Amino acid sequence: MSFFGKIRDALKKTKANVSTKLRQLFLKNKIGDAFYEELEEILISSDVSVKTADEVVGAVKEEAIESKLKDEQFVTDLLKDILEDTLNEAPMPEIKYPCVIMLVGVNGVGKTTTVGKVASWFLQKKKSVTVAAADTFRAAAIDQLSVWADRAKVRLVKHEEGSDPSAVVYDAVSSAKARGTDVLLIDTAGRLHVKENLMNELGKMDRVVKREYPEAHFYKFLVLDATTGQNAYSQARLFRQAVSLDGIVLTKLDGTAKGGFVFSLCGELKIPVVFVGVGEKIDDLEEFDAEQFVEGFF
Amino acid sequence: MALFESLSERLNHIFSKLTKRGKLTELEIRSAMREVRIALLEADVNLKVAKNFIAEVSEKAVGQQVLQSLNPAQQVIKIVNEELIALMGPGNAKLEVSPKPPTVIMMCGLQGAGKTTMCAKLAVQLKKQGKRPLLVACDIYRPAAIDQLKVVGGKAGAEVFERGTQDPVKTAQEAVAYALKMGYDTVVIDTAGRLHIDDRLMQELENITKAVNVTEILLTVDAMTGQDAVNVAETFNARLNVTGVILTKLDGDTRGGACLSIKAVTGKPIKFIGVGEKIGDLEPFYPDRMASRILGMGDVLSLIEKAQEAVTEQQAKEMERKMRENSFTLTDYLTQFETLKKMGGAGALMSMLPGMGKLKLKEGDFDEKRVERIRAIILSMTPKERDNPQIINASRKRRIALGSGTTVQDINQLLKQFEQSKLLMKQMKSGKRRLF
Repeated sequence: MSFFGKIRDALKKTKANVSTKLRQLFLKNKIGDAFYEELEEILISSDVSVKTADEVVGAVKEEAIESKLKDEQFVTDLLKDILEDTLNEAPMPEIKYPCVIMLVGVNGVGKTTTVGKVASWFLQKKKSVTVAAADTFRAAAIDQLSVWADRAKVRLVKHEEGSDPSAVVYDAVSSAKARGTDVLLIDTAGRLHVKENLMNELGKMDRVVKREYPEAHFYKFLVLDATTGQNAYSQARLFRQAVSLDGIVLTKLDGTAKGGFVFSLCGELKIPVVFVGVGEKIDDLEEFDAEQFVEGFF
Repeated sequence: MALFESLSERLNHIFSKLTKRGKLTELEIRSAMREVRIALLEADVNLKVAKNFIAEVSEKAVGQQVLQSLNPAQQVIKIVNEELIALMGPGNAKLEVSPKPPTVIMMCGLQGAGKTTMCAKLAVQLKKQGKRPLLVACDIYRPAAIDQLKVVGGKAGAEVFERGTQDPVKTAQEAVAYALKMGYDTVVIDTAGRLHIDDRLMQELENITKAVNVTEILLTVDAMTGQDAVNVAETFNARLNVTGVILTKLDGDTRGGACLSIKAVTGKPIKFIGVGEKIGDLEPFYPDRMASRILGMGDVLSLIEKAQEAVTEQQAKEMERKMRENSFTLTDYLTQFETLKKMGGAGALMSMLPGMGKLKLKEGDFDEKRVERIRAIILSMTPKERDNPQIINASRKRRIALGSGTTVQDINQLLKQFEQSKLLMKQMKSGKRRLF
């Protein structure tokens, strides 16, 4: 299935929801304050932050009043445009090779699964891939990644459970350098962004890559669960503080959650969404496309 | 442990404004409630739930009851608090026990909510209550999920029953039969994470509940969940009629509004909360305490309970007597440190005290290695030295240092700390400083 088809499918439930709600709105409302308030609530129900919803709807309202237009299609398009612009405020990173991609995030967002999917994605682009099992903390995380590495048919660098993750990173970097691997993917242990010592551990891994492999292009992606609410902002902020972030992978978009929090992340923190996860299979990963994402919303 | 901190800060801010204004008009309450609404939404409370909450609180707050009272702000806080408790209550729900063993507990929830970890935490909890739990691996989909359960089960000291990737329904049946044969009184079934809209996998859970006599169906939800918490909880509840909810990852800085939402739409009790990655990081859920946490009163009650678990009443009395008579010795000092360790470290305790939420204690501040060193030093002393530290002269110090594998500086430091603690206790006793 094509990328657009898939992301549209994944967002269909969202779409059905939002457009029904919108249609109800247009039927019963002359465009007035109540209309805009409800518009705002629709966004908030999709986990768009109160602040962003406020700003976006405020902008739509201003524009609509100025243009003296009260057509429902016009307002919808306007809202879409503004949302899309918000997402585009954070430019997509251009991936250059050789590169190291480290995936970070809180517990249970789907980092290990995403590593498998991203590995497969690069393989399809005819790039050589090595994955590093730097989640040495969670029970059986290494085994889980091994299965994904097997599925994607890529090389895996691993140590024992409980070993130093930075040492795994060091070995993986040496191996990637020696073999001239195009892409080195690093899986890290889930950690809550408020745990300072765990964030420091991440900082150490970051430094190891920079020091040992300065010639590689180094990207750090934050993996976020679409089911998450406003806490996503705090996660992005604190992870960015610890290691600086180049992008977001939005997972579990195949559920009913909408991931509306990405608007604040792109708009305020200027972190772009790079990939979206839309299922449990290895090819259920797609490049993010702002237009399609917004289109799917309505 | 920064649970609900931001929401409580927010409400505190709102209410400090109310306090300053004295008597309230209807309009003022309404504007305050608008801020409460934003605070709730920012805390991820579902929009509809938040709206209902505001409506109820406003109805009670706007009107004579508040307007005629001497301290309107206090009244509003009281009403908001009561409504929060009502929304999240009733309190402290226990795990059901089947009259005919074994009691079967089935976990369910979305991917990554923390079910597998929670199984091990429940096993630890059950063992503490004198139960014999058996963990059952029914997540046949996620790679290495069975291995994970085996590892965490091993840490909890619980046996793990698995049949590889065999049909989970069959595995559950066999596990119950095995539990009966082996005398396990509680069976905890770990299931695969699944989307609530995945009909096939939801059917699988229904089939398990039909195949074995399930006593508890616990929906495990990530406390960081947003607006969608309502859809997830509604669907799982509609299909499985869950018996309770477990909230995980509450040790982050999530405001945990999902908690209010889930309770509001399912009406099912929240039975436990997960507060860390360690196997013992499981706490019962108390809506009243959660509400007072929301209102920034701190979780003093929870603190007291934790302390009670770690210190027996007799120990506490003995300690109090010693403080009173100022006969506190190095042996008692050691006991105190060990108690603190049992209670989850100083950081965990501090964060539960009112006003301490912002005071970020680094995890390293309560160093377990340091406790070990203190232990070694005190145990290297003679009983006489422990009771009368003043007799410890230079030659004794050298002997103790040798015996404990430390240095004389370490001994000096410990003795100094001990003297400071004694001084602090004297002050607390005389009421100059109060802990809480």
